[in-house]
Amino acid sequence: MLQLILKRLAVAIPTVIIVSMLVFGLQKILPGDPALMLAGEERDPAVIEFLREKYRLDDPIPVQYLAWIANVAGGDFGKSLRTDVPVRTLIVQKLPVTIQLAVMAMLVAILIGVPTGIISAVKKGSFTDYAANVVALSGLSIPNFWLGLLMIFLVSVQLGWLPASGYVPPGEDFWLSIKTMLMPAFVLGTGLAATLMRHTRSAMIGVLQSDYIRTARAKGLRQNAVVYKHALRNALVPLVTLLALLFGELLGGAVLTEQIFSIPGFGKLTVDAVFNRDYAVVQGIVLCTAIGFIAMNLVADVVYILINPRLRGA
Amino acid sequence: MNKFRWMLLASCLLATSAASAQTLRIGLKEDPDVLDPHRARTYVGRIVFTSLCDKLIDITPDLKFAPQLATEWSWNEAQTELTFKLREGVTFHDGAKFDSAAVKANIERALTLPDSNRKSELSSVESVSAPDPLTAVIKLKQPDATLLATLSDRAGMMLSPAAFSGDADFSQKPVCSGPYEFVSRVQNDRITLKKFPGYWNAKEYPIEEVAFIAITDATVKLANLRSGDIDMLERLAPTDVPSVKEDTSLAFVPVTGLGYLSIRFNTANGERAKGPAGADKRVRQAFQLAIGRDVINEVAGNGIYPPALQPFPPSSPYHSDKFPPVARDVEKAKALLAEAGMPNPSFELAFGTGSDNQQLAELMQAMAAEAGINITLRATEFAAMQNEMEAGNFEAAMIGWSGRVDPDGNIHQFVTCEGNLNDSKYCNEAVDKSLDAARRVTEETERKALYDAAQEILQDDLPLVYVYYQPWPFVLNKNVTGFTPYPDGMIRLKGMNVGS
Repeated sequence: MLQLILKRLAVAIPTVIIVSMLVFGLQKILPGDPALMLAGEERDPAVIEFLREKYRLDDPIPVQYLAWIANVAGGDFGKSLRTDVPVRTLIVQKLPVTIQLAVMAMLVAILIGVPTGIISAVKKGSFTDYAANVVALSGLSIPNFWLGLLMIFLVSVQLGWLPASGYVPPGEDFWLSIKTMLMPAFVLGTGLAATLMRHTRSAMIGVLQSDYIRTARAKGLRQNAVVYKHALRNALVPLVTLLALLFGELLGGAVLTEQIFSIPGFGKLTVDAVFNRDYAVVQGIVLCTAIGFIAMNLVADVVYILINPRLRGA
Repeated sequence: MNKFRWMLLASCLLATSAASAQTLRIGLKEDPDVLDPHRARTYVGRIVFTSLCDKLIDITPDLKFAPQLATEWSWNEAQTELTFKLREGVTFHDGAKFDSAAVKANIERALTLPDSNRKSELSSVESVSAPDPLTAVIKLKQPDATLLATLSDRAGMMLSPAAFSGDADFSQKPVCSGPYEFVSRVQNDRITLKKFPGYWNAKEYPIEEVAFIAITDATVKLANLRSGDIDMLERLAPTDVPSVKEDTSLAFVPVTGLGYLSIRFNTANGERAKGPAGADKRVRQAFQLAIGRDVINEVAGNGIYPPALQPFPPSSPYHSDKFPPVARDVEKAKALLAEAGMPNPSFELAFGTGSDNQQLAELMQAMAAEAGINITLRATEFAAMQNEMEAGNFEAAMIGWSGRVDPDGNIHQFVTCEGNLNDSKYCNEAVDKSLDAARRVTEETERKALYDAAQEILQDDLPLVYVYYQPWPFVLNKNVTGFTPYPDGMIRLKGMNVGS
């Protein structure tokens, strides 16, 4: 196990470095001069000059990159060009928000996706199966922003049940935090639930048709035991990888949802930073995200082995 | 008796809950930038500063100057010395006393800080002296008629010298002397201020706490107002105007701002100035006649885009009657194009991405087409467009300006030969002469004559075509009282209250 983790790390570190280099180089190609953005409406030439120098914008890209990496290695991600807030503070502030959203969305997705997947696999070809498929397909095809706006109008404006947007840290008011996050998590979760449902269904169908399930049934095991004890456990193995990948996607895919519900998370931070040419923030976020993705994959591998003992020797 | 006691208790409880509900939540269109008035540049940032940092002078809704930290001011005869009498008993949020030494330190900081965005506004200042604690004298290199207006905005905001001279990062914890003091900021989310008990005029500010909440999406912002999650918002989307007007639980309070939307033509900035629109003023004149500003106001603005033909809004004393509204006249436009020998000229119109801009540009494209002008549209991400404009890679661009109290700020830098924001590279000696002279004359009629003289030429040359004055449409929940809209679009909390 340890060997596997080390092996993965050996691949992960160069990946992070390459990703950081790519992003650093690519964003310099983006049109829009950050010094011009920073100088604002007035665009005082002296200020622009000063900013170019301060942020080393005129240096060759490799020089800028090395200077940045040296700072990052020392734990200094720099400051937001727009607001002066240290990038590290921003990441520490925003990451938990997005993780809370992603976890809640994941829960929504699992609670809806996995059971419906199982039911429609067990009742393959029945009316329930078709109905579940229709629901899943709608979940996949309704755009997040549309569903989000619709829910804000229905649930917040018309019914007044939940806050329309914003964020409350769970430490400040736990229930309000959950309530505020419920709608965005639902919106983000429904799309995923559909994906999960379809994957669960096909994995379950595959497993249910295998020989050992037939044997189990022949031994006279009850349906529930067959489905939940024997079939589900095996069907879950590919789902774990999927979940890990989906979780990574969630962190990125939260962008739109965060924008609609004005959640001050990672996604919103990224979008705003890109539009404001806030290089320091973009770089910090990308590095963080790359590390996050790689860590999620590592976790997926470990969980994979824990669920499927046959892989333990590998 | 018992019943009476219960009623008393209940009313006490109600009273306390009403008092504790005195938080005003304001929905802003975007997140402000650095919280340091000397370095800041965004419009929303100014809204926050209005509650946080008092200025030497303020303006009235009809754009006159009013005392704030200075109670009175006077010019010397040569108009090169401005003397301020300062308010007594003013303290900064950190408890330090506000006096003339603080004024000196502030203006010197605004002038010397390397990334100060106030430097060019204050470029006429030579020195500041503090003859006694309650008198500050600003000495100028040459007369500057724009200075009072400059000091009524960020350049005149007074920050605590103790807070900015130390190592502490001022913008992370701004310390001023305004009615509200800084509590916290979560970037891209909210800025919270609380009432400063030591404020010299604290009794006029009943609201205990203010939260400025950034909500980028206009629809979501309005939904938040309707659901009661915020109490007021700035910059309602024009498309939502009809539904807000119908809603009896909301108050719609628009005001015509100081800024405008304009089409800037590239008249002399590189190769792309050589197209029909850049090279021949008759094409620009035809375009001006072809677009119906009333149509734009009705269709795109739902009535909140007042037609503009000059850089000074109607509230400004420099708005001139000499240049009356131009009505849409397609035939006249066609005649002009025929005269120019170009019945079907083409040019490209660049604009910042966004559905509002897209709609406006398409509307103008359609109206210009009726006169025979072919406009191709190019939606460009705003930062990239700014770069392209500076580099001269545009024929015409649709771009707004947030506006200034002093007329100079709305015109000088756009059309003078060396103007900072003159991406058109338009250059006319007579215009320069009038506009430079207007910077030095303080007498209103004399000054207005100079602006009229410059406009006379500009209205014919048309390097800029003004489309509409920037509206500041505010929407308030009915429980918010005492709000007065100002043309500068700022939210002044004096006298405002929020019920439960």
